[in-house]
Amino acid sequence: MSALRTSDVSARGTDHQFWWFALSGVLLVCMVLVGLMIGPAGPTWWRIPLELLNRLPLISVDSGVSASDWNIVWQIRAPRVVLAVIVGSTLSISGASYQGVFRNPLVDPYLLGVAAGAGLGATVVFSLQSGESSTWFIDPLPLIAFGGALVAVLVTYLVGTAFGANRSTTTLVLAGVAVTSLATAIQAFILQRNTDVVRQVYSWILGRLSSATWGDVRLVLPYVIASTVVLLLHRRLLDVMRVGDDEALALGVNVRRVRLVVVLAATLGTASVVAVSGLIGFVGIIVPHAVRLLAGASYRRVLPLSVLLGAAFLVAADIPSRVLANPAETPIGVVTAFFGAPFFLLLLRTRQTSQ
Amino acid sequence: MSTLGFCNLGVSYDGVPAVVDFNDILYSGEWLCLIGPNGAGKSSVLRAAAGLVSYSGSVAIDQNEIPATSARWRARHIAYVPQSPVIPTDMIVHDYVLLGRNPYIKHFASESQNDRDVVERVLHRLDLTSFTKRPLGTLSGGEVQRLVIARALAQEAPVLFLDEPTSALDIGHQQQALELVDGLRREQGLTVVSAMHDLTLAGMYADRLVLMHQGRRVAEGTAQHVLRSETLAEFYGVTARVHHEPDGTVVVIPQRTPSL
Repeated sequence: MSALRTSDVSARGTDHQFWWFALSGVLLVCMVLVGLMIGPAGPTWWRIPLELLNRLPLISVDSGVSASDWNIVWQIRAPRVVLAVIVGSTLSISGASYQGVFRNPLVDPYLLGVAAGAGLGATVVFSLQSGESSTWFIDPLPLIAFGGALVAVLVTYLVGTAFGANRSTTTLVLAGVAVTSLATAIQAFILQRNTDVVRQVYSWILGRLSSATWGDVRLVLPYVIASTVVLLLHRRLLDVMRVGDDEALALGVNVRRVRLVVVLAATLGTASVVAVSGLIGFVGIIVPHAVRLLAGASYRRVLPLSVLLGAAFLVAADIPSRVLANPAETPIGVVTAFFGAPFFLLLLRTRQTSQ
Repeated sequence: MSTLGFCNLGVSYDGVPAVVDFNDILYSGEWLCLIGPNGAGKSSVLRAAAGLVSYSGSVAIDQNEIPATSARWRARHIAYVPQSPVIPTDMIVHDYVLLGRNPYIKHFASESQNDRDVVERVLHRLDLTSFTKRPLGTLSGGEVQRLVIARALAQEAPVLFLDEPTSALDIGHQQQALELVDGLRREQGLTVVSAMHDLTLAGMYADRLVLMHQGRRVAEGTAQHVLRSETLAEFYGVTARVHHEPDGTVVVIPQRTPSL
């Protein structure tokens, strides 16, 4: 009798889970459609779904979208939406994973120096390029920012694990603080000698998706896919690690190895999206927590739902960023915080009263 | 089910020895209790054998030495209940007990039906079925202790380590928890090693006591043999009366020293 009751209960839990995934998936698809339909130039919004239908095989619809209009949608809006999907999902799943391996809800994916390293890299590129017209064969900005981010985290990890006791994460986090300060100091020093690039660096730091191209998407896609797959594979182990290092070890988890692999994967993903979009704050903390409040704290749900909802959130945030100050762009980092923070506070409030 | 052997087990923290040459052999189904003052090395013995701190010497189960590198192998043979377990308050009871199945699940796989069946049996055995969906944060101290033991049982390990299993419980729940462990070891032949501060309870439940002091074993045997006022005075620095009940229970009663 009791066995019957438990299996009923767990079956209901699975149903619940299915609906969360379905809802998040539908939300993401809707956001992507809206993201493709809205913009300062291009065809009337309602023609775009028709044209998308028309482009499916075996279906022919007269949407009245001209080739040049379609060009605007496909070459300007589409890469931007796709990049928002990639950046939003990667920052969210990386944030959730960092929070898992450090067992600290306030941690974001920039914890171990990704942001400072990438910022320093970007500053160096802007300073070197200033005054001369760009004669580079390829745009060095994403590559150098990516390199800077990885070097910063590598230094943090080596220093933190060399000096720290074998399983303490505090040393690692403190090493991250030190590396971040160091990189920020060097960045400030360079900026002071090249005050003409302050504006460029500042706007890069606030994050942007406006210059997104299919090239950017192709550049980051391999790293992002690798990182997301590795993190999703660790979702059950992250649940085991919720009982702390000692108990996870006693339950047969190689805690140090799991932490290393998860941190590396999350860093790789974060560094690559930061390289093309700058520092978009807030997403990596807020989305995982929103997911926890809505669907429960198990990483089996938090990680995949963070991917879906993080993507939907950033695509949605990118829409006001295009139209609010038309024709200028509002930095997306401003929009995520401006709309995300009140939403999150509201969620926190309603959840607390309902429990 | 399984014998457990310690051979020259040694633990040191930053060069300071905490456990020196600990040797013992437990037969299957035996309950050994480590007693001794704070810092005597009781917990270190358990933590070393559970693989949480590095050690010298060896620990063997059924004469197979535990490989130093395989946390999974160890977790299939030794279940460890820590002194103050970390309780993720928003995890539900069922999922928490399911964590005990980790040593049997491949790294990136999920639980099999067998794993779920084991969890259901354990929940049933420990009368936790009505709690299945409850978040851990809503449970009382006694319920949490039962839950942690449930997770350890889900590991289906022949050896159970308990580090201060009753220190956070009231007298009634202390008795319940220890009776539960005793019942389980009789049913399933579990070999139990516990570290305890309450000498009377230790003497009541364990087959054998080992008194440790500064990392070394200084006395061992039955409660009647180990729990003597002169021994306790020497190693605990306590003035205590030891009272023998007719049924063999040894009661340790601390006494006030007359003020000077």
